[in-house]
Amino acid sequence: MNELQKLVRDYVVREYLEEGDTREIGLDTPLISGGIVDSFSMVSLKRFLEKKCALQIPDAEATPAAFDSVRTIVELVDRLGGKGPVG
Amino acid sequence: MSPVLLEKDQFVHGIWAESARDLEWQPGRPLNIGWQCSDRLCRLGLGEKPALLWEDHQGNARRYTFDDLRVLTNTMAAYLRDEAGLHPGERICLFLDRVPELYFGFLAILKMGGIVQPLFSAFGDDSLWTRLDNAGTAAVITQRKHLGKVRRARERLPELRTVVVVDAGDLALGPGELALDLERRERVERFAGLATDPETPSVLHYTSGTTGQPKGAQHVHLSVLGQALTARRVLDLGPDDVYWCNADPGWVTGTSYGIIGPWANGVTQAVLDAGFQSDRWYAFLEKYRVTVWYSAPTAIRLLMRDGTELARRYDLSALRHLASVGEPLNPEAVIWSREAFGRPFLDTYWQTETGAIVIANLPGMEVKPGSMGKPFPGVTAAVLDARTGEPVTAPGRAGLLALRPDFPSLIRSYWRNPDAFAAKFRNGWYLTGDRASIDADGYFWFVGRDDDVINTGGHLVGPFEIESAMLEHPAVAESAAVAKPDAVNMEVVKAFVVLKPGHAPNDDLELEIMNTLRRRLSPLAMPQEIAFVPSLPKTRSGKIMRRVLRAQEWGEPVGDLSTMMEE
Repeated sequence: MNELQKLVRDYVVREYLEEGDTREIGLDTPLISGGIVDSFSMVSLKRFLEKKCALQIPDAEATPAAFDSVRTIVELVDRLGGKGPVG
Repeated sequence: MSPVLLEKDQFVHGIWAESARDLEWQPGRPLNIGWQCSDRLCRLGLGEKPALLWEDHQGNARRYTFDDLRVLTNTMAAYLRDEAGLHPGERICLFLDRVPELYFGFLAILKMGGIVQPLFSAFGDDSLWTRLDNAGTAAVITQRKHLGKVRRARERLPELRTVVVVDAGDLALGPGELALDLERRERVERFAGLATDPETPSVLHYTSGTTGQPKGAQHVHLSVLGQALTARRVLDLGPDDVYWCNADPGWVTGTSYGIIGPWANGVTQAVLDAGFQSDRWYAFLEKYRVTVWYSAPTAIRLLMRDGTELARRYDLSALRHLASVGEPLNPEAVIWSREAFGRPFLDTYWQTETGAIVIANLPGMEVKPGSMGKPFPGVTAAVLDARTGEPVTAPGRAGLLALRPDFPSLIRSYWRNPDAFAAKFRNGWYLTGDRASIDADGYFWFVGRDDDVINTGGHLVGPFEIESAMLEHPAVAESAAVAKPDAVNMEVVKAFVVLKPGHAPNDDLELEIMNTLRRRLSPLAMPQEIAFVPSLPKTRSGKIMRRVLRAQEWGEPVGDLSTMMEE
């Protein structure tokens, strides 16, 4: 995992995984379809990415498919020209 | 005394009598939903028919027949009564993802005479504690991933004696914690379920209002008459159907139509324990040849975003009936579903308190896209003038949507709060809290809420709960939570926050407050937007005027401001 992938993975583990949930989060672990992040919580994940990567993610791009794994999230950030991680 | 008015004669003649006959029940006889949904069907020869086709996000699948359902609910009921030491009338909470034990546990609790309290497993610490405390819950059935939240709540809940963990494995359990491995347990062939009176409390679902903490809507076993009949007449369920209701049983749709309605009719249900993904959902519909699908506008609008083309890649030819609930179904979604699935989603209207569908677009009825439909036969609905409390007769004039309280699935009270339930009545009508109009053809049209409750993705969220939790954050001096329009969820929570001296607005603080609310309450209650403001609009008596903030968000007139305090 590169630095940004680790940052996203660690944030997901810290914020969304319940303490008794022993699942390992890998690059391709399904986050939305796996029930770890729901569509409402996607908004706080989006905010986190925007802040850490100094970019704006248009609502149309913030889809369950784009947020379904660490890999797809980082691909989205790269595609949108995110700088991250910053700050 | 409950303001619900039911006459014995209603179950001898008329539409509810038809449902009573179908369920082989007569007035004066016991009625138990747990028995109705399992043992009775086996007695009718349906024992080998699939009852539950279950699959999780990893593709693990299990298949249970109605005989499995009967025996496994017997096994769990015997365990709860004899080993967990639980008694009839005690509140037993199901705090589980959509695992098979949730479905078996629901019927098992009813069989042994307990009151089921299903709670959404994404609830955070405060939301969980508030509801368990109010209900005086005696036991929680959960899984290890949610055990941390239950343990923290239990520290402040003296009435909560027992926690049952359905997947404990090698996990070390503490005092009052029990492991239940249902699949490996010796099956109980015969269980003498409690012969409950039809008015015995069955299910306690919590629902939010404008003021105070959420209230426990107290359903009774007689509700099955409404749920079973509407499942057949509105959802069009028949013996050959494979049915999917994608609502979580933490909410009333997931129990009334995700457990009781279909199973009381002996219908095979498919359940997917996974989050939303369009392609995953289509694959599930295709794999199980789902024929009837009960969904929600939010999910439909998310599917719409991914386009018709994606839907057409899957063989969805088995689908023959689609229905929707939770919030008004916009005309675009009705038209899109015709393109994508060859048939429209038909809107249905009801709420936690009504227990079953009360207004609907029935199969075969002409659909007016965007309309709620017409009252279900046996339900009398009207729109009342807010000033007089009398029914409005002019077509198209908006007023308070009200129901005559004479149908079996209406709740009997709010738990330990009969005054709050009595306050929902006016001139012999039950007030839904929604506003609507009726057109010249008798179709009902949703206008909006009559209070400050936020309907987000079909779930009601109370502003008081959000504002109370917000105050726990060290930087927040005061706040107001209102509904903001949203293209997918109809409404989302927006919070206006006044910070304490020494705190400045910034992105980090916004994210921190959002995540705090999500953890304490739930993802639904997390504000999707926070506006930091120097002050909030208030009345001269100091009450926050949420309607002013809401009107700003919706671009509507703010109305009378004569009582507003000047800056």
